Amino acid sequence: MSDDSEVQLYAPRQSIFPRSVQGRFRNLKWGVLALAYGVYFLLPWLRWERESGPGQAVLFDLVGRKFYIFDLVVYPQDIFWLAGILMIFAYLLFFVTGIGGRVFCGYFCFQTLWTDVFIQIERLVQGERPARIRLSKQPWNAAKVLRIGVTHLLWLLVAFITGLTFVLYWDDAPRLVIDFFTGQAPFAAYATALFLTTTTYVMAGIAREQVCTYMCPYARFQSVMFDRDTLIVSYDQARGEGENGRSRLGRDLKTREARAEAGVGDCIDCGYCVQVCPTGIDIRNGLQIQCISCALCIDACDTIMDSLGWERGLVGYTSERVEEGGEKANTLRPKVIGYLAVLLVAVSLLVWSIGNQAPFDLSVSQVRQPIFVRLSDGRIENSYEIKVNNKTGHSLRLNFSIEGLPNAELAMEFPQVTLRPEQRLRLNAHIKAEPRVRDGHTHPVRLIATPDTDSGLPPLAHETIFYVPKG
Amino acid sequence: MADQTQDKAVQTTGHAWDGDLQEFNNPLPTWWLWTFYATIVFAAIYWIMYPAWPVGTSYTKGLATTTYQDKDGNEVTTGWNTRAELIRDMQSGASALKQKAYLEKVSAASYEEIAADPDMTAFTQSMAKVLFADNCAGCHGTGGAPALIGNYPNLRDDDWLWGGSIERIQETLVHGRLGYMPPFKGVLDETQTRQLASYVLSLSGNSVDAADAQAGKALFESETAGCYYCHTKDATGLYSQGAANLTDQIWTVADVPGATTDEQKLKRVEQIITAGVQRVMPGWSDRLSEDEIKLLTVYVHGLGGGQ
Repeated sequence: MSDDSEVQLYAPRQSIFPRSVQGRFRNLKWGVLALAYGVYFLLPWLRWERESGPGQAVLFDLVGRKFYIFDLVVYPQDIFWLAGILMIFAYLLFFVTGIGGRVFCGYFCFQTLWTDVFIQIERLVQGERPARIRLSKQPWNAAKVLRIGVTHLLWLLVAFITGLTFVLYWDDAPRLVIDFFTGQAPFAAYATALFLTTTTYVMAGIAREQVCTYMCPYARFQSVMFDRDTLIVSYDQARGEGENGRSRLGRDLKTREARAEAGVGDCIDCGYCVQVCPTGIDIRNGLQIQCISCALCIDACDTIMDSLGWERGLVGYTSERVEEGGEKANTLRPKVIGYLAVLLVAVSLLVWSIGNQAPFDLSVSQVRQPIFVRLSDGRIENSYEIKVNNKTGHSLRLNFSIEGLPNAELAMEFPQVTLRPEQRLRLNAHIKAEPRVRDGHTHPVRLIATPDTDSGLPPLAHETIFYVPKG
Repeated sequence: MADQTQDKAVQTTGHAWDGDLQEFNNPLPTWWLWTFYATIVFAAIYWIMYPAWPVGTSYTKGLATTTYQDKDGNEVTTGWNTRAELIRDMQSGASALKQKAYLEKVSAASYEEIAADPDMTAFTQSMAKVLFADNCAGCHGTGGAPALIGNYPNLRDDDWLWGGSIERIQETLVHGRLGYMPPFKGVLDETQTRQLASYVLSLSGNSVDAADAQAGKALFESETAGCYYCHTKDATGLYSQGAANLTDQIWTVADVPGATTDEQKLKRVEQIITAGVQRVMPGWSDRLSEDEIKLLTVYVHGLGGGQ
């Protein structure tokens, strides 16, 4: 690359062939993967009994504008919960990143999970790292076409199941699958499935670590949360390099004692930590932007250290403070406590808000054009638009009344309505009043919707205003 | 990739100007270049499919088409354009079809059935609101209440010139109305006009000269003025003539509520008696369909004072 005679304006991707590794972090990552895949792929198939509504546990009904999440039904009016959830996720990310670095990237991000699966497929079809490197270098022949072809086919299959599963969250899963394969599903279902199949295939199969390095904004702004106490995956420079640098296990360098005498560190330069890295970096060069903290290099180095009978931890989780000679990372620092405090407040608010979801909605808006009307008997009339929404899951009968305005009377086409489960309704209301003084001011009035007594629900009131003209 | 930048100095392009001025080379990833090529391919496909290039006074129309029905129900296929897309969407889009189905339900229902069903009432009113804004708001105001008293009746109040039942409102919409009160200039002299105006004002509780009002009452019921023919002897008005109810607090022609003094009130009523009234509501059967008139009837009936 440093050859000046051949200037390259575009750098081709250097293919990465990660070697497999076993160890505690690998096992943890398989566990997270199994859990995430289990939830993602099976959840649309979970059935759920409701008094009304679909029999699917989790269903995002865009047409009906209702999100069913187990026993919770989310209506458009509850959209601010989404803001709450996004805020919780953001602060959870800040909090976790503040303490543990890029934990999300390494263990939970779908890019990491799917890339993991795709690499596993690659390994099963084409073999371990050396075999894959050999295959990529050999000229094209039938065997190579077959192996590469099968790999890509399997990738496409996983990508398609991923895309199809996503679509299943938006409609009744069993019916939609049948419709999908009989050509009767909505266009949006095909378009979404195709889009996600393509992106999954491209991102997890082809782009891989480039997504994290070049595309992902989270990868970049997580570094803002880093400080000297944040856990990072790091190579113990002092132990690994000794005084004279790292060295392979030469004839005279087989024991730690011999190596210490020669001034050589514990790193035997086997390269295993580099080979297992899914982003193709050498952790021994220090903290790098490509590192997603997946900790596979820790597993790799631990494997080698175990086989040599030396203590683990040449590559491990540490923090800059420890690296610089500090005692241990200061986990509970003001920044992290701040993140946690905001996180807890946001979670409590969301839980409180969901727990206190009103069984039905009432909103009243005054008609502004005209703002008032004089009636034939000399009284003043204001008109209102009432919107009610039945969230109880069963039939709801409401009686409307007003209070707080003297000499006033409520006139409605439907002073009592029966709402079907999940029914929304818009009603006209008129308040006729004989005010003592025509003062040209607005006066507060409460419109009350009272459910039938046998429903056991409390009445709901909505504060609005009544305008009295001058003269 | 990492060791390129971590370990070695950044490569230069090899050019040197003015002896020592060199240019660093930080190569772009190749995938970025391919993404750029992909956008060029996308643009080329877009040019072929959709309207794109101006050619003289016209433009390339593209291969994509839109099919919709014109006013006479003929299928029209044009090059893709947003206006045709909108027409097609309004005719056969998912929302349009849903609205159409519900409109058919409302159209088949009787007025009683609509009035008994909150769902149908709400649908009718929200659809008619648009019709009202397009056709009626010009005179009656967006909310059915004109800004000024005098020219057009307020549809929000509970007083009706021609009747506020469903049947009467529909009749008004279909056939229109001609409201006429003859001018009494030349029939009544100034004193008589004032006496009559005093009587009319007294009917709704305004303070007037009692003697004038007494004389006015006699005139009202006499053959000279003949007011009672249309306004009736109780002065409550006849719907069949569109004659105003003079006993309530609502003024549809003379702006009495806007007057600040008793004298001004008298003047305003006198003016109407002298000059007469002539108002027209056009018939809408030619311009609106039966369904549209039905929707508007329910809407106007529900504005505030349906009978």
